[in-house]
Amino acid sequence: MLSIKNLHASIEGNEILRGINLEVKAGEVHAIMGPNGSGKSTLASVLAGREEYEVTEGEVIFQGKDLLELAPEDRAREGVFLAFQYPVEIPGVSSTNFLRTALNQVREYRGLEPLDAVKFLSLMKEKMALVEIDQKLLSRSLNEGFSGGEKKRNEIFQMAMLEPTLSILDETDSGLDIDALRIVSNGVNKLKSDKTATIVVTHYQRLLDYIVPDYVHVLYKGRIVKSGTKELALELEEKGYDWIKEEVDSAATV
Amino acid sequence: MSKDNQILEELTSKEYEHGWSVDYEADEAPAGLNEDIIRWISAKKEEPEWLLDWRLKAFRTWQNMSEPEWANVHYPKVDFQALKYYSAPKQAKKPKNLDEVDPELIAIYERLGISLNEQKRLQGIAVDAVLDSVSVATTFKDTLGKLGIIFCSFSEAVKEHPELVKKYLGSVVPMTDNYYAALNSAVFSDGSFCYIPKGVRCPMELSTYFRINAANTGQFERTLIVADESSYVSYLEGCTAPQRDENQLHAAVVEIYAASHAEVKYSTVQNWFPGDKEGKGGIFNFVTKRGICAGDHSKISWTQVETGSAVTWKYPSCILKGDYSIGEFYSVAVTNNYQQADTGTKMIHIGKNTKSRIVSKGISAGKSQNSYRGQVQVMKRADNARNFSQCDSLLMGDRCGAHTFPYIDINNPTAKVEHEATTSKIGEDQIFYCNQRGIATEDAVALIVNGYAKEVLNQLPMEFAVEAQKLLALTLEGSVG
Repeated sequence: MLSIKNLHASIEGNEILRGINLEVKAGEVHAIMGPNGSGKSTLASVLAGREEYEVTEGEVIFQGKDLLELAPEDRAREGVFLAFQYPVEIPGVSSTNFLRTALNQVREYRGLEPLDAVKFLSLMKEKMALVEIDQKLLSRSLNEGFSGGEKKRNEIFQMAMLEPTLSILDETDSGLDIDALRIVSNGVNKLKSDKTATIVVTHYQRLLDYIVPDYVHVLYKGRIVKSGTKELALELEEKGYDWIKEEVDSAATV
Repeated sequence: MSKDNQILEELTSKEYEHGWSVDYEADEAPAGLNEDIIRWISAKKEEPEWLLDWRLKAFRTWQNMSEPEWANVHYPKVDFQALKYYSAPKQAKKPKNLDEVDPELIAIYERLGISLNEQKRLQGIAVDAVLDSVSVATTFKDTLGKLGIIFCSFSEAVKEHPELVKKYLGSVVPMTDNYYAALNSAVFSDGSFCYIPKGVRCPMELSTYFRINAANTGQFERTLIVADESSYVSYLEGCTAPQRDENQLHAAVVEIYAASHAEVKYSTVQNWFPGDKEGKGGIFNFVTKRGICAGDHSKISWTQVETGSAVTWKYPSCILKGDYSIGEFYSVAVTNNYQQADTGTKMIHIGKNTKSRIVSKGISAGKSQNSYRGQVQVMKRADNARNFSQCDSLLMGDRCGAHTFPYIDINNPTAKVEHEATTSKIGEDQIFYCNQRGIATEDAVALIVNGYAKEVLNQLPMEFAVEAQKLLALTLEGSVG
């Protein structure tokens, strides 16, 4: 589904990603872990198409299409979803109105009729139950005055509504207490299928207790330096990142 | 050039939708301004002597006045002698009803999306259509007449209801009030007149649609709304003009009189031609709008969505004379390219327990300048006066300007006046967030701007709100940087 080859990206002349290679197949969950500043969030942003980052080398193929050629909105319409680490507030725009605009633009791109109000609302109801989100939250201005947990839950709700093929969760666990973490993870798990894939970007192993990855990759200094299964995450939890840093840094000096 | 800037250039160069003009045979006054021209206009309109005298008095006063220069706008001086002060489409005879109106004129309004055909209208909105200097049609007159409501062109009111016109004309905006009001008083050609009798709630929205068609012509209309005791009316005003290279002058006067327990809601969606993206052409919109809450417990509410004009100078105001009267001002003013707007309101608290509320949302894009200028004045005997003002500015790009000039003048210690102001920029983060959900950049901007202006748009009658939202989107699509 997603094939990243030798991806290099920089911001304001500083190279952050220095040759990422990653293959993600339908049905899989990949966790990207790594110490702070290793490039995890940059990878998520580059895949979603944030403009500040300049891709200097490499390619990203998503379902046969050159993802890097597409505008951010077209990537979304092709089925790439990014659950933001820091969802922005949009005053005066209700979540409902926002999502209806989004969903109908996605549908239009795919050659589908826009959903009328009735169908849209019943879809909302269905997905609300799925991710345990309160209707009251959705009639308020988007993310305005939401708690950290509410914002993250709203991200997952949007994901449920837009039914992406590839979901990228950027530090979705940050700022969540254990109950919110469980609810958010449940939502993500319910949305998984053998046709979709998930990339979970996280600093901590904790989230992976709930969203169990098939593969775990460790990102350090802009490269994937180690890949493994969920056991790798447990090992990282136990030993921290230092041993990996040492391994990589000493290899580099040889 | 960054991608955002490219989008900005592309979308802000979008052409003004109503820029076309129509050739019709017109009855015009020769260019120039002097007493003879005023006599000519007055004679053309078969006006009574008192009105001609009133005009001449205004003209003589105007000649000794000078153009105001305090507003934060810059424009070439208007050559008042080069303008024509009267232009009317030629019609064989004065139409008695819609069927007699020249279909060509009706077609102009159809093209603007305004149906003057009563049968075609689903919702009841009575329209007075003003083309250049004259009113071409007023709809639903009979329906309204049964309730005693008078809704007609100003000229007709002068003929049919001289006592009302004489009583209220200039009672809220005196002829000598300011430079443009004086000019308007001297040369005004037509406009709408509306009277709601005691205890009557007007069952439909009343609307005037102004259209400038002729070249080198100033439009000087005059609107007078009188709401008698315990009556209610909601009034809408819309306007467009053809795209022309030269600037055109629009200097209107609107007066509202609200007797005790009366309520008047006045909404404007102003979409005069703003000039092209180099700042060439466009309407100079120098307008005086004022209402008086003359009676106790009366209420006047102004709502305006200002998207057009090259230069706007406009301060819809309320004089809160009656005790417990309420004044409201809700405004969204959008400027793009080289547009300049200096707009706001005045709330003059005279009566006891009077309340006013000001919500102003400025949006600046391109190289435009957008100023809010507002005055809250609490007079000595206005015990327990309350005012709340909120002035927000939204900036798009880094070449535009937003300015706020609040004046507060309190002469009574019991007054409570609050003023809040914010300035923000449409963030790339907000746009990207929308993009990531599949929303194209121009739709994202429309969404964000409409959210920002929501409090004001909510005040508009339903179908106007929809039009206003579209206009905001059109004026600003993609203006990010």
